[in-house]
Amino acid sequence: MSEIMVTTSELTSINRRDHMLARLGWDRLGHRVQPGLYRLGDPTPNSHIFVTSNYSLSFDALRSALQGMDAYILVLDTKGINVWCAAVKGTFGTEEIIERIEETRLRELVQQRTIILPQLGAPGVNAHEVRRRSGFKVEYGPVLASDIKGYMKGHEATTEMRSVRFPLRDRMVLVPVDIVNYWRYLLPAVLLMYILGGVMGALAVLIITSFGLVLFPMLLPYLPTRQFSSKGLILGIIGGLLLVYLQTWQAGLTLNTAGVITALAEVLLMAPPVAYMALNFTGSSPIASRTGVKREIFRYIPTFAVMLVVGTILTVIVALIPFGGSL
Amino acid sequence: MNLMQITDEPVSLEIITNKMNTLRYYPQRCINCGMCTKVCPHGVFATDDAKVKVADHTGCIECGACKLNCPAAAIEVDSGVGCAAAMIRAALTGKKEPVCGPDCCGT
Repeated sequence: MSEIMVTTSELTSINRRDHMLARLGWDRLGHRVQPGLYRLGDPTPNSHIFVTSNYSLSFDALRSALQGMDAYILVLDTKGINVWCAAVKGTFGTEEIIERIEETRLRELVQQRTIILPQLGAPGVNAHEVRRRSGFKVEYGPVLASDIKGYMKGHEATTEMRSVRFPLRDRMVLVPVDIVNYWRYLLPAVLLMYILGGVMGALAVLIITSFGLVLFPMLLPYLPTRQFSSKGLILGIIGGLLLVYLQTWQAGLTLNTAGVITALAEVLLMAPPVAYMALNFTGSSPIASRTGVKREIFRYIPTFAVMLVVGTILTVIVALIPFGGSL
Repeated sequence: MNLMQITDEPVSLEIITNKMNTLRYYPQRCINCGMCTKVCPHGVFATDDAKVKVADHTGCIECGACKLNCPAAAIEVDSGVGCAAAMIRAALTGKKEPVCGPDCCGT
């Protein structure tokens, strides 16, 4: 039998530092707590039992939301992955719950027979099977740990508590990780484009990156169209036009024949990478379905390719053919 | 032999589907336990008089929670991760679709 561990509702500066590093993508699978049973406060055999993953952000969100309560917390071994992702993967799942109940001898420790799970654990858990095989009834609490106090009043969740939203705050907290992920490509890309296209070339890379990784998550609900890729293309075209505007204003681009072709080429070359970053944001969002994403990939990846090829051809044409009144 | 004879179900089994996703609902099987309305994070199902009704079919993100927790097998969905990075990665490496974790997004 594993020993019962002790925890509190207090978040220390070490916890906060751990959360910050997790949000920066530092050691992504290293933000773990020990799986097993925890005592919060002074629980009795009739105290509530809450279940969570061993991702430290999940565990910390739960224990701090239970401030002032005496309860048990059963931490599943999800290999440092959050509840929802682990549930879809199956590690936050029926088998793990049943094994963890056995291993911690929960049945002998408590008298009541209900465990409260976060709602987002449901994609991995068959509640009926858990009850049949372990004797514990699974109760799905709210989506957010911060709603638990409200939920516990009548063990009833409102529609609000049952719904996943994707507010600005939740979208922006994902930005640092994405920037860190793209970091190793960013500097080489800026240098390469500086060599090829001078200051404006380097600027093009910075516009693409900031539009794709920062503005897109920020503006997601406000961009017209439903699909991520088309939203991204719209934003990417705006980014391309911004560069053209800066060139006409600062770098002496005149919109004669060659200038218009150059502008068109720039927009065609800049929109696809922004839209690609937008497409990749599907995985960070709680609103994309597998079918929908598949459809987007088949529809838009060829579109991106055509745009890049046409944009490249136009760039070469402008470079090779001497138009009257060149740049 | 008529295959229909070996099941207890009515010959015309009603299936509610839509074009946006793979969620399929068989209302005749529903026992109105309401579990799907509790686990769905996008309010796809809503309680009604005798059977649960589909309130927002296109809101489904195919997480699979309803299917797994339906005791009457009244819901089917091809669940998976709605992540372009994972699918593109799978297509490029020739592996089957990875799920979130150490193999994908991990490092």
